[in-house]
Amino acid sequence: MSFTIGEISEELSPPVPEGGRVQGPRAGWKLAILSFIENKLAVVGAGIILFFVLFSFVGPLFYHTDQTNANVLNAYLPPGGGYPLGTDANGFDELGRIMKGGQAAIEIAFFASLIATIIGTLVGAVAGLLGGLVDATLMRIVDILLSLPLLFVVLIVADRYNNATVVSLSLIIGAFSWLVSARLVRGEVLSLRVRDFVLASRTMGATKRHLIYRHLIPNAIGVVIVNITFQVADAINLLAILGFLGYGLAYPNVSWGDMLSGALNYLQDGYWWCVYPVGFCLVALVMACNFVGDALRDTFDVRLRRR
Amino acid sequence: MALHVIAPSPGRALLGFKASLAAVNAFNRQLGYDRPAIDQFFTYMWQLCHGNFGYSYHLNQSVASLIIENAPHSMWLSGSSLVLSILIAIPLGIFQAVKRNSLADQSITAVAFTAYSMPQNFLGILLIGGLAISLHIFPFEASQSEKIVPYILAFRANFLPITTLTITAVAGYSRYMRSSALDALAQDYIKLARSKGLAERTVLRRHLFRNASLAMVTLIGLSIPALIGGNLIVEDLFNSHGLGLLFVNELGNDDFNTVIALTLLGGIATVLGNLAADVALTVADPRIRVA
Repeated sequence: MSFTIGEISEELSPPVPEGGRVQGPRAGWKLAILSFIENKLAVVGAGIILFFVLFSFVGPLFYHTDQTNANVLNAYLPPGGGYPLGTDANGFDELGRIMKGGQAAIEIAFFASLIATIIGTLVGAVAGLLGGLVDATLMRIVDILLSLPLLFVVLIVADRYNNATVVSLSLIIGAFSWLVSARLVRGEVLSLRVRDFVLASRTMGATKRHLIYRHLIPNAIGVVIVNITFQVADAINLLAILGFLGYGLAYPNVSWGDMLSGALNYLQDGYWWCVYPVGFCLVALVMACNFVGDALRDTFDVRLRRR
Repeated sequence: MALHVIAPSPGRALLGFKASLAAVNAFNRQLGYDRPAIDQFFTYMWQLCHGNFGYSYHLNQSVASLIIENAPHSMWLSGSSLVLSILIAIPLGIFQAVKRNSLADQSITAVAFTAYSMPQNFLGILLIGGLAISLHIFPFEASQSEKIVPYILAFRANFLPITTLTITAVAGYSRYMRSSALDALAQDYIKLARSKGLAERTVLRRHLFRNASLAMVTLIGLSIPALIGGNLIVEDLFNSHGLGLLFVNELGNDDFNTVIALTLLGGIATVLGNLAADVALTVADPRIRVA
């Protein structure tokens, strides 16, 4: 018997089990990130989001503007000179104002979708796991709230809180946009709860609380994450509409929607720089969120409300 | 209703901040707004069951008559844009599916995606800025006539609001339509129709069109709340008579009988829309009837 080098090295390397190697717990995430990076639109979208975060939060550190004291003598200056994007009706620098509005948009969209996701995930998980009367009650509540036109309800609530702040607007938007994620998570949980690993955990005496936090939510997380990106996009749009209708942030804060509320008058008077740059930022940010959402959905391979 | 509790009192809202406290209280007592909220709630529900939407104390008119006055304008806007968007979205989706991944398909997808990511008010602003203010082709307001017939006939004035609604709707539909048409294209009956030598036109019209359109039926039912909400933005932007503008105006005036009635109406429309979509789908697709 004579061994060739190849055979020896083959014996030394650990044997490959049937069905391939067992992957580490992080391998699924690595795969997800890899397939996410392969999608060019998604990377562009993530880049745009990152750009707007930096632009809105770091930008003002380098580009100082006075956004609290109005200077009427400087009103409606066209772009150029000391003002790259001109000034608005109160003499505020438009570029600095977009940064400030961007902060509000990103903060509100983030907090609102966070609130909506937490409520939605918990309601969905509890309804799906407990079933029966609890499920029926929670889902009927969701049905009833879903059948009311979202914009009307949000406007009514926003009208009651005249001095809107970032926190109040996040609460308002968040409190009325958890419905879809509750439904999605419930659907996931319904299919997860009969799987073997959940049964095994139950047999070992796991409490419902443990099941929800340890097994159901982590496994439904794909749906949740994908939904967050769409929720962020929707929240930015909703915020823009609220601001446009006059229910946006109170002075001295400003959101992009507030800046657009006088758009028609601006356009009529030829102050295009008060309208188009803000609108462009709005569309770009929402589009970026939608890109990322689409890519994430392909990554996690979940069927959702949008294709 | 919770709104009764947090809203400023109707008397204060109507008589203004200069009115004396006594006058405000007398007004509230006269109209029954000083009773406990729960009591008011049950009265309201009782009236609602009898088809009474209450009374708009700001416009001094019953809410029902306000709705009847304004609804036709809204219905014309959303109805015509719905029909237009269906007429555009179905052929567009089929075209995209047949020529998938071509330059035309990708550019249509890009445009639809952009329009889809836009808040409706900015889309409207863009259209006004381009077509009404710079080029002076269309007026920047919707028709201002309160009568419905001249309102419908004012095509030029209502072109921009209807276009705004249509673009948003088409942007939403065409993605679904494209993927539904792609699914249908891969089915065996399309292969069969092709292999028995039918002309491509006939295959598309007779076999693909009908099957791919099924997805639209559900979608249209689901988009009814969006249409109502969309109307609100568009009517506000173009200053057009209608339920949406009524809602925005009366919200600003704390006229909550009107506001609640309109919200309720939206809810009813949503439920009816879903029901209609389910029924229509059963009629259109015999396969569903079995289950």
